[in-house]
Amino acid sequence: MYGSNRKIVLGLGNTLNRDEGLGVHCLEPLRQRLRDPGEVEILDGGVLGMNLLPFVEASSHVLILDAIDARKPPGTVIELTREEIPLHSQIKMSDHQVTFQEVLQFASMRGKLPGYLHLIGAQPQDISVGYGMSPAIEAVVPVMIDRAVRVLEDWDLISPV
Amino acid sequence: MSKRIVVDPITRIEGHLRIEAELDTQNTITKSYSSGTMVRGIEIILKGRDPREAWAFAQRACGVCTTVHAFASIRSVEDALKIQIPKAANIIRNMMIAQQYVHDHVMHFYHLQALDFVDVVSALKADPKKTSDIQQSISNWPNSSPGYFAEIQGKVKAIVESGQLSLFTNGYWGHPAYKLPPEINLLAVAHYLEALDWQAHVTKIHVIFGGKNPHPNFVVGGVPLPINMENDQALNAERLAIISESITKINDFINMVYLPDVLAIAPFYKEYAGLGEGLGNFLTWGEFPEGDIHDLSKLYVPRALILNRDLKNITVPDPRDMEKMKEFVSHSWYKYSQGNDVGLFPWKGETVFNYTGPKPPYEYLNVEEKYSWLKAPRWNETPVEVGPLARVLVMYAKGNQQAAELVELVLNKLNAPVSAVFSTLGRIAARAIETKLFGDLLPKYYGDLIAEIKAGNTKTFNGDKWDPISWPEHAEGFGFMEAPRGALGHWIVIDSGKISNYQMVVPTTWNGSPRDNKNQPGAYEASLVGTQMAIPDQPLEILRTIHSFDPCLACAIHMIDAEGKSVAEVGTGFNVCLT
Repeated sequence: MYGSNRKIVLGLGNTLNRDEGLGVHCLEPLRQRLRDPGEVEILDGGVLGMNLLPFVEASSHVLILDAIDARKPPGTVIELTREEIPLHSQIKMSDHQVTFQEVLQFASMRGKLPGYLHLIGAQPQDISVGYGMSPAIEAVVPVMIDRAVRVLEDWDLISPV
Repeated sequence: MSKRIVVDPITRIEGHLRIEAELDTQNTITKSYSSGTMVRGIEIILKGRDPREAWAFAQRACGVCTTVHAFASIRSVEDALKIQIPKAANIIRNMMIAQQYVHDHVMHFYHLQALDFVDVVSALKADPKKTSDIQQSISNWPNSSPGYFAEIQGKVKAIVESGQLSLFTNGYWGHPAYKLPPEINLLAVAHYLEALDWQAHVTKIHVIFGGKNPHPNFVVGGVPLPINMENDQALNAERLAIISESITKINDFINMVYLPDVLAIAPFYKEYAGLGEGLGNFLTWGEFPEGDIHDLSKLYVPRALILNRDLKNITVPDPRDMEKMKEFVSHSWYKYSQGNDVGLFPWKGETVFNYTGPKPPYEYLNVEEKYSWLKAPRWNETPVEVGPLARVLVMYAKGNQQAAELVELVLNKLNAPVSAVFSTLGRIAARAIETKLFGDLLPKYYGDLIAEIKAGNTKTFNGDKWDPISWPEHAEGFGFMEAPRGALGHWIVIDSGKISNYQMVVPTTWNGSPRDNKNQPGAYEASLVGTQMAIPDQPLEILRTIHSFDPCLACAIHMIDAEGKSVAEVGTGFNVCLT
């Protein structure tokens, strides 16, 4: 449970706010799709914030699945490479709470940002109080899984599925 | 002519909190208003669900408070269904709770509170040799050489030069209210960074007892991990050794870093031992049952109510007292079916949203009407403070010898009278004091657990009432946990095997509540009155006192923002938000 060079898929989000839980809801379908996950660990990061820093810093590969606000139509799938993830922008999100971007910033500051880092997400439709996603976002899950599998293949972590 | 300032959001907390304060001509706060601007609706989600699964939903509401909500939830179900957990399970739970306190308090001190008192930029001016001398004079912590501190200084310099200082979010660097010499600033920054490494070690207790990480498992009736020395999937000798090692690392940091740092920093801010108190009323539900959870004499932290600072006439609040335990919504964005000014006991509680505030963006809230998403819990129609100060006062007053010694240690360091504990600094010191007390419980409970195992008492789960057939048609329960931030209660009603009502009264609702039916302020609101601000638009003094309560309004909304700007303003949105 405490190795180094871990290879993790990290699902993020709050399952009590409908589409906000997208990243977590992707994990079970991904687990079923990866019949042989090899070294890849599939982890439910929820909204644990800074508690996820030790996981990130212990990993060589991190694939993040999450809801993303990109001011795009609901259901739009967004991918960000390691270089594209906004680490040093004029961040304001810390006003709300310790966010995952801050976790990445801390890892970066400490020289422990994983060499392989990638984010797949989608614009949510409904983030109101409730369990379960809206149909439009539910439909995006298979697309997210396809892309996640491709990233893991590109990283040579799994054999082609 | 008074003026009003708005601090929104209060930075370096979990969640979203807004403070509006009225200042007189001397810039002294005469009135203040606390507003939780995100709504929580977990109660709505839980209705109709299986009570045995409630913890799994409750723990999702907040990334910081997963453990505390899980425990309060399973305890509420066990209380309702009269389930007794095995002794070994109780010890394991107590160890998980002690670990949670220590982890939370240390991270709060270094990452959320310290920057109110520590000027990161000033650390660049420090002489590393002098910092080394200070470190060696206050403890035996091994990271103490001049070279080590020079290296840390180099790191800070690189961060400042690269423009990444935003990481140390929103410090008011250079503000005249920063009083520490550069050498102590450097010391604190070094420990700020070390705390990040330390936290990886301290979670091992939860990982092992909870079976997985992140999001350990909990179970109504005990703990999910069996004890079996011959089984590598169970709690075995190897795992016990890891726990033992983790306890040592936890306590080394408390004894050699956290407690000495608090004692080294506090004397520079003695004025905060004279302000920031507020209510003078305190409440605890109690924690660490060292026997049957219903036997209040077996709680290490007693259940207690203190009114008007009177430590001689402490009473015991009964969470089942329907007349005294009530939540009001007179100034909160909710609607009660029986009217605006009634209070409701949580088993009869209602969660119906009723936003009547201004449409954002707005300048001021209408504080004469409703102005917060937090309800106003009251004990016997009296506002109370919950949290570390409440607990330490209760332990001190009830004759906990170690607590008394630690309180004396701090007071001697400050050369201050006992009344100084009723303050912002008192709250910060109380957090450190109880961290030491609860850290010391860990090896004790570990020894107790080993003794149980040796005696063959390895049962960790009581499944007698797992099957809903064994439940009464109707049941009501109360589950508590003294969360790091203060008294947390879950009130559950079960009908025909399903949850029919569920109300959480969380510490930040007690402390951060708006005014009530009698227009009485909550703890945050009362604590700020009388504080004079040096520079009103750099509200460092407000942050110091509010942070001393460790607010947690942590919310669901955490989405990655592709443009690196604020996630869409959620002020009136419906987001889950808790403790």
